[in-house]
Amino acid sequence: MSSMRNLRLIARLDIKGPNLIKGIHLEGLRVIGSPAEHALRYYNQGADELIYMDCVASLYGRNHLADIVSDAAKDIFVPITVGGGIRSVEDATRILRAGADKVAINTAAVASPSLISEVARRFGSQCMVLSVEAKRCGENRWEVYTDNGRERTGLDVIEWVRKGVSLGAGEILLTSVDNEGTRKGFDCTLVQAVTAEVSVPVIASGGMGALDHIVPVVREGHADAVAMADILHYGRATIGDIRATARDAGFGVRAYG
Amino acid sequence: MGKVVVVDYGVGNLLSVCRGLEQVGASVVLTSDPETILGAERLVLPGVGAFPNAMEALHGLGLVPILKDVAARHVPLLGICLGMQLLFDESEEFGTTQGLGLIPGNVRPIPDKSVTGEPLKIPHIGWNGIKPSSDDADWSTSCLARSAPNEAMYFVHSFQALPSDPSFRLADCEYGGHAISAVVSKGSVTGCQFHPEKSGQAGLNILQAFCGL
Repeated sequence: MSSMRNLRLIARLDIKGPNLIKGIHLEGLRVIGSPAEHALRYYNQGADELIYMDCVASLYGRNHLADIVSDAAKDIFVPITVGGGIRSVEDATRILRAGADKVAINTAAVASPSLISEVARRFGSQCMVLSVEAKRCGENRWEVYTDNGRERTGLDVIEWVRKGVSLGAGEILLTSVDNEGTRKGFDCTLVQAVTAEVSVPVIASGGMGALDHIVPVVREGHADAVAMADILHYGRATIGDIRATARDAGFGVRAYG
Repeated sequence: MGKVVVVDYGVGNLLSVCRGLEQVGASVVLTSDPETILGAERLVLPGVGAFPNAMEALHGLGLVPILKDVAARHVPLLGICLGMQLLFDESEEFGTTQGLGLIPGNVRPIPDKSVTGEPLKIPHIGWNGIKPSSDDADWSTSCLARSAPNEAMYFVHSFQALPSDPSFRLADCEYGGHAISAVVSKGSVTGCQFHPEKSGQAGLNILQAFCGL
């Protein structure tokens, strides 16, 4: 993390149809409950941002996220990032009009990297989040996956993020498929490898299972932001608990409450 | 009931600005209609994107003279983010472009180095506290009437507004040791560099104060 700005604490909501869900390694999805109720709870706890990810849109070619987003945007006054099934500038426009501030794109960007530039040119780089699902494939090597960790791409994560940023991605949402849903902590080596490579903010996602997991991913991984799901959804910690842990570790966080 | 007209010139997420204003009790009209804008009691100029595109859109809709007319009649006007930068004389984003000229000064890039020479990530994205720009900055009669120093707001920007007269600066944030204009004001014209509609309750308090509610 750059000491110049505050660490951002982000609640991540994975969505399937009308439900908030949670899986392990992005699979084996379990229904948690209503996205709206959970989102409002995290907003009231002081989440700095929310991320909505539609788990199935990229498989079924549908985009039913706009309604959930526009519902959320009515009551939630922090930045909202939305991903899952965004394939075109038109899809991005629709999601932004529904009240999102940024779009996160993975599968469609791998299939057509020029989409990154098109979205960045139209809405600004700050709006274009490159979502990267990374799976370890060797000593300090990770491969890019798409479609919720199901499809291999053959792309090297470090080369792909470098290319994505050069095309105009303003932020990286970096999900470790290996650690996602396992509660065993972030893949700090992966986060460190990516933050060392790019100058844009990196959001570390996948593995936050205990309060102190936030310390190494920021101190050694240099994450600019952390996305959390499981630990919040099952009520094992609040955003307030996580903020206090980060502050005690000496990290700058938003003054809240 | 506070009535607020939000200027729609086809950029970004306007829903959140409208919802934030409604949340604090205002009744909101989102429009690009010159007559409606001329008749506004209060006006919000939002903005996301690049300065030249935004000015081109305002010119294309015939809104530049309208906005100047409204400001000349001391109708309260709040510019948000790029909407704040448009209030100034000119910007250097993608060449030099004339702005609305409602607050003297110009818009320049945020330095890419901190005051100690370390590289600074641009854009400046995230939550940052605001504080009075000087001992003379009076928040009590402004949109900051309900705000306290060091409250955090959500910023996303690569350029900064530099008023020609420091007295137009009400609040600054600090980034890499640089003092950056966060709230500027001249008479009835106010600008916020951050997004009050994305800054939680602290931001809603600013919208509420602007609406006189």
